[in-house]
Amino acid sequence: MNESRNTLQKVEAGLPGRRRRETMFKLAGLLATTVGIVFLGVFFADLIAKGSSAFVQTQVRLDVEFDAQVIAPGGEMDIAYADFDGLVRASLRGVFPDVSGRNERRELYRLVSVGAGYQLRDMIVADPNLLGTTQAIWVPAASTVDMYVKGNIDASLDESLRPLSDAQIAWVDALRAAGNLQTQFNSALFSNGDSRDPELAGIRGALMGSFYMLIVTVMLAFPIGVAAAIYLEEFAPRNRWSDLIEVNINNLAAVPSIVFGLLGLAVFINWVALPRSAPLVGGLVLSLLTLPVIIIASRAAIKAVPPSIREAALGLGASQMQVVFHHVLPLALPGMLTGTIIGMSRALGESAPLLMIGMVAFIVDVPGGFSDPATALPVQIYLWADSPERAFAERTSAAIIVLLGFLLVMNLAAVIIRKRMERKW
Amino acid sequence: MSVAAFYVGRSRSIALVGGPKHGTELHSLPGYYGYFTAIWCLLPALAVLLAWVLLEPRVVVAMVIQGLPAEQQALSPGELDLLINNIQNLAAGDAVSGTVDAVLSDAAQRFLALTALSRRILAILTLGLGGLGAAIAWRRIRPDLRARNRVEQIVLLMLIAASSIAIFTTVGIVLSVLFEAIRFFQQVPVTEFLFGLNWSPQTAIRADQVGSSGSFGAVPLFTGTLLITAIAMFVAVPVGLMTAIYLAEYSSHRVRSIAKPLLEVLAGIPTVVYGFFAALTVAPWVRRTGESLGLEVASESALAAGLVMGIMIIPLVSSLSDDAINAVPSAMRDGALGLGSTRSETMTRVILPAALPGIVGGVLLAVSRAIGETMIVVMAAGLAANLTANPFEAVTTVTVQIVTLLVGDQEFDSAKTLAAFALGLMLFVVTLILNVFGLSVVRKYREQYD
Repeated sequence: MNESRNTLQKVEAGLPGRRRRETMFKLAGLLATTVGIVFLGVFFADLIAKGSSAFVQTQVRLDVEFDAQVIAPGGEMDIAYADFDGLVRASLRGVFPDVSGRNERRELYRLVSVGAGYQLRDMIVADPNLLGTTQAIWVPAASTVDMYVKGNIDASLDESLRPLSDAQIAWVDALRAAGNLQTQFNSALFSNGDSRDPELAGIRGALMGSFYMLIVTVMLAFPIGVAAAIYLEEFAPRNRWSDLIEVNINNLAAVPSIVFGLLGLAVFINWVALPRSAPLVGGLVLSLLTLPVIIIASRAAIKAVPPSIREAALGLGASQMQVVFHHVLPLALPGMLTGTIIGMSRALGESAPLLMIGMVAFIVDVPGGFSDPATALPVQIYLWADSPERAFAERTSAAIIVLLGFLLVMNLAAVIIRKRMERKW
Repeated sequence: MSVAAFYVGRSRSIALVGGPKHGTELHSLPGYYGYFTAIWCLLPALAVLLAWVLLEPRVVVAMVIQGLPAEQQALSPGELDLLINNIQNLAAGDAVSGTVDAVLSDAAQRFLALTALSRRILAILTLGLGGLGAAIAWRRIRPDLRARNRVEQIVLLMLIAASSIAIFTTVGIVLSVLFEAIRFFQQVPVTEFLFGLNWSPQTAIRADQVGSSGSFGAVPLFTGTLLITAIAMFVAVPVGLMTAIYLAEYSSHRVRSIAKPLLEVLAGIPTVVYGFFAALTVAPWVRRTGESLGLEVASESALAAGLVMGIMIIPLVSSLSDDAINAVPSAMRDGALGLGSTRSETMTRVILPAALPGIVGGVLLAVSRAIGETMIVVMAAGLAANLTANPFEAVTTVTVQIVTLLVGDQEFDSAKTLAAFALGLMLFVVTLILNVFGLSVVRKYREQYD
């Protein structure tokens, strides 16, 4: 009796401490869970804060005279040699007539993007009737001006610490006061290839490169992955060889992606001599990379088909092959598709192996085929992130938002397919 | 063409037995005779096409070289390569380096002619083979031909081939990395690579250059990799484990159904995005915080890269620990709770010890992931190979060096490029060991409680 009361007392004495530890433990768990989620929140907030302004671009309105003397000196239009930049400069001088001196004028010219001249050229090519007229057109401002207008350059800093001089800031303010400055949707971001000038740089080339690569990947990885899964799940005898294949696939899924890049470099580029930087090679490497993912998902999908279906079909006289292709495969297809989409979204975000096979080159042209030099969206992000210009940081964030948007859409598609086609047996 | 063959084969099989009404006299369904013909038409032609496309450039180049004057045939392989390149550029109408002389333009002409010829032969050959195959199959169709079995055999062969690709990939990785690594070790002794303390992979262009002898001691890279991995694990293991415990044991169903997918999002973010975040947001923040505490922090500190990498790995650790925790039989849990232990005591004294092998296996997989992670460290960690354990200094990793050594155009026989493959070999071997070990522990453990 006395003994048991002692035990009871002991237990009760320990209770507050135990309860405290219990609360602490629970709090630690809660804290850990929130760490991940808070990071996610901070991450997206930071990204949107940095990147959203890249979707608009500052434009300057100029009254440009399409001077026949400059564009068509001898009555003949000579597009290749006409000095369109000169036209832009002339109209800038027209806006600020009292700017004199070489250096000041040069500073003035730097307010407008070097793309303005190309814009004029394209206009005159599209409509030769503009020759000799004066048009009010909006041309992109230089990236420094763009940054200033968006409030990313502090005018109160010392002149030597900012990319715009006092005079340039005064001009921009004057333009703004006169209503000759506006920000509008940055269509260049989606229609241009890469460029050294942030205001002209776009992700179109990278998007097309990624697109071609994913086409190659899906064409190769989906059929091969599904075929391999069918064999391993339905036909493979349980022996050493199939064990080996199985261990192999699981390991391949965990091999660092950069090693696949080394494989691509050594085999596809050095040995087979496929072109460097081509979406074809990138697609090949990415399909090897996603193959294990697709195989594992497809096997799970095949496993989920109940054996009764197979037995029923076999009982009606179908051959093994007929059972698989007429009954099991259609039922497992939604699961396989989900796995494939998830594999594709992984391939879309992958960049390390692409660095190995030369897809980091600076490529201005939008690729038009599977063997044109190209880059991919994540690699473009990597390239821009390395650029020192402030405006590129903004564009990098914008490109990331676009990439994450694509990934979101793909994953949502996977979830929807799973929900729609899911069967309960 | 093979589609046509399908219909030809099918209709012939029907015609042979005298119309669709007599279909039962055939051994297989008419469609299989169609497939049979189509395969005969397609496979040989496809095989020839593939072989031709792979071999054509080499053969054509060899023939062009044959046609060159003798003095140019005697050039060294490198110069010959350059010459061929020029000829190809000329043929494609691109800019050519050097002067275009009669020999060169002749060769370009011949190159074009040969390519066109080869295309024509290829077209005729594949079409002919296809037709021939279809004809053979057409002649072989009889009511007692076991067409279904034939077709199924071929399909099975294709399935086997598809599943062997995984093996070929591994073999390809091992061979490609191993060959280049062996070439590297012929130039640099293995012992220097594994135990040398100095990493500066410059090879001299001129012999009298300052600092001309590159040194390839990889120890600083290994320690750098380990330092960043350790920081990442320091973040990921406690957070991931506690998250798994909280979600498995304490949270309500609703919280769980929201928090889990959110954490999975972390796993789905591309690593290049993490790298950008680490380099532009976390690294400056670490630097500012460190400086306000009076610490000297490098702008590309190991800490920033490690922290972000740790966050990336949280979902991996938490989902594998979650599996391990859920695999513990609920009888053990219920027994501990029934004896009066609190939930935390049940967790730390009963469930975690029981789940430990599974968790350790998961952590091993996470370590392998951290070692092989590339983009975060390429963007946020440094290039200087410092031998240090100070997380505030810049270190470099194996993956960073592979990328810096191989990005850009390099010759394929310098020790500098080959070093990347030696590093790749190390990376592959280490991660392979970790993966095999981790996977087998995780699997064995799962089976134990099943």
